[in-house]
Amino acid sequence: MSILKRVIFFALLVGLWELLYKCGIWPEYVLPSPVTVCKTLIRGFHDKTFLYGIAISMKRIAIGYGLSIITGIFLGLLIGRIRICEETLGTLVSGLQTLPTICWLPLSLLWFGLNDKAIIFLVYMGAVLSITIATESGVKSVPPLYVRAAKTMGAKGWKLYFEVIIPSSLPHIITGMKQGWAYAWRSLMAGELLIVGLGLGHLLMVGRELNDMSQVIAVMIVIIVIGIIVDRLFFIKVEQRIRERWGLAKG
Amino acid sequence: MVTESVGIGNIMDVEDVKVKSRAQTSVDGIMPKLRIQHVSKSFQSKHGLTYVLEDINLEIQPGEFVCIVGPSGCGKTTLLNIVAGLEKADKGEIWANGSKVNGAGTDRVVIFQEAALFPWLSVVKNVEFGLKLKGIGSRERREMALEYLKMVHLSKFQHAHVHELSGGMKQRVAIARALAMNPEMLLMDEPFSALDAQTRWILHYELQNIWMKTKKTIMFITHNIREAVCLADRIILLSTTPGRIKCEFFVELPRPRDDNDVNVAEYSTRIMKELKSEINKVVKCEMDTDSCVECDIKCTTEEPAKTDIGGGI
Ligand SMILES: Nc1ncnc2c1ncn2[C@@H]1O[C@H](COP(=O)(O)OP(=O)(O)OP(=O)(O)O)[C@@H](O)[C@H]1O
Ligand SMILES: [Mg+2]
Repeated sequence: MSILKRVIFFALLVGLWELLYKCGIWPEYVLPSPVTVCKTLIRGFHDKTFLYGIAISMKRIAIGYGLSIITGIFLGLLIGRIRICEETLGTLVSGLQTLPTICWLPLSLLWFGLNDKAIIFLVYMGAVLSITIATESGVKSVPPLYVRAAKTMGAKGWKLYFEVIIPSSLPHIITGMKQGWAYAWRSLMAGELLIVGLGLGHLLMVGRELNDMSQVIAVMIVIIVIGIIVDRLFFIKVEQRIRERWGLAKG
Repeated sequence: MVTESVGIGNIMDVEDVKVKSRAQTSVDGIMPKLRIQHVSKSFQSKHGLTYVLEDINLEIQPGEFVCIVGPSGCGKTTLLNIVAGLEKADKGEIWANGSKVNGAGTDRVVIFQEAALFPWLSVVKNVEFGLKLKGIGSRERREMALEYLKMVHLSKFQHAHVHELSGGMKQRVAIARALAMNPEMLLMDEPFSALDAQTRWILHYELQNIWMKTKKTIMFITHNIREAVCLADRIILLSTTPGRIKCEFFVELPRPRDDNDVNVAEYSTRIMKELKSEINKVVKCEMDTDSCVECDIKCTTEEPAKTDIGGGI
């Protein structure tokens, strides 16, 4: 039923859009018709420009986000388990967290130049701190009982981390990863808009340069859809399942 | 009679019942499984140093089932943690299986009050946990795990998630998990105290059967005297502030015993008399102090033990 409501709502929205277009208050380059946008979308996928754009953006976020997961979890474990790291690294991380990711752009450009690496760095910086902080809070909320039980069964050193501490903090880590993804996705787009070099953000800029509003809107729709797929269909599902399994969900 | 309805009671001769109270036991010739020597422990708190355990000496023989009872806060858990190697004693030594205890070891597995199962693993994987750490291959450890799950009658639930189990089932999985490690000793810290009476009754029966089958050495902590009499070969009574061994009782009743058996009840009353003086001491000492809130808490935590003993006799 809720799906039906949504379909009706969006159908009405598109209808309203078409109606506004038909009224002809704004010129075509300000408000294109939904039909044109749809055609642009189809053309974009047909001549593969959108597909290339998506592939390039995805490659960047995969590298940057992947690296941020690995280092974020590692740093989170260090900060959460080792006192001296908490007092030093922990303060640094929570300080840096207040800095909007886009503020890393100038530094990134100076370090890496106008290329892929600069964008990947932005993506990385966008996600790593949230994942670090979430992992830290996860590690700190591992029930001491689990650790004691594991120790009496012979868990020591890195095995204790891999068999108990990381799995036990997984609900926190996944929440951090979800938030990290959102930041990474935003910084990716910002980076691609500001730094030349293909990708979805670049397609958006091309649309602007060509004064092609239908391309701008079409690319925006692609970006939204990818966001929905990853956030709603992937992360929220996974998070829910994990919370249920860990006995944290009440339902 | 209750015993008949539950079906495991043996008709026992009251003449068999012998309550002995010895100060010190030392069976010559056999090396004890566990030797606690001059163990003392204090905790640093805001109000200063609290002495929790003082000069504890105890030997547990191979295959012996020893219950430790004492008023709340007398240091039972602390003692068990020290034996498990999860906590360090200030003074004294622990010898287990002929070697000095220095940290946690797989020869002494602990079963805690809460089952402490890992929710990210299925039931059977939980039982396999320690075996995996030991480096046993996946097929072999699955077989072993299933064997122990069968022992606690939970084979059907092998693929269930932890959050789908009841409290009693969880505790049974924890027992299977500990047994699967094939430890020299089981250390149990009030494992059944959070369970209802029926479940506890079933688990007492199961635990006795497992013990008779496996002949493990068990150190079992409880504040429930009836439970101690039902399970133990020997009951150690700890006194409080600081915890010392006050006296010990030998329970020589045939097994499996039943919580509701007349003889068990009779034993309990006798031991309760000893414990009561301890409890009175605790209450008195805490009435004397000004911290009335704490006194209330302590007194109320004592209640269940008292009513438990009173009922059913
Ligand atoms: N980590 C700690 N720091 C300070 N004091 C502690 C600590 N652990 C235990 N204590 C104190 O030591 C005493 C003994 O605690 P313990 O948990 O061993 O009691 P217990 O006999 O197991 O009691 P219960 O039957 O209620 O479980 C208590 O007075 C408690 O306040
Ligand atoms: Mg305790």
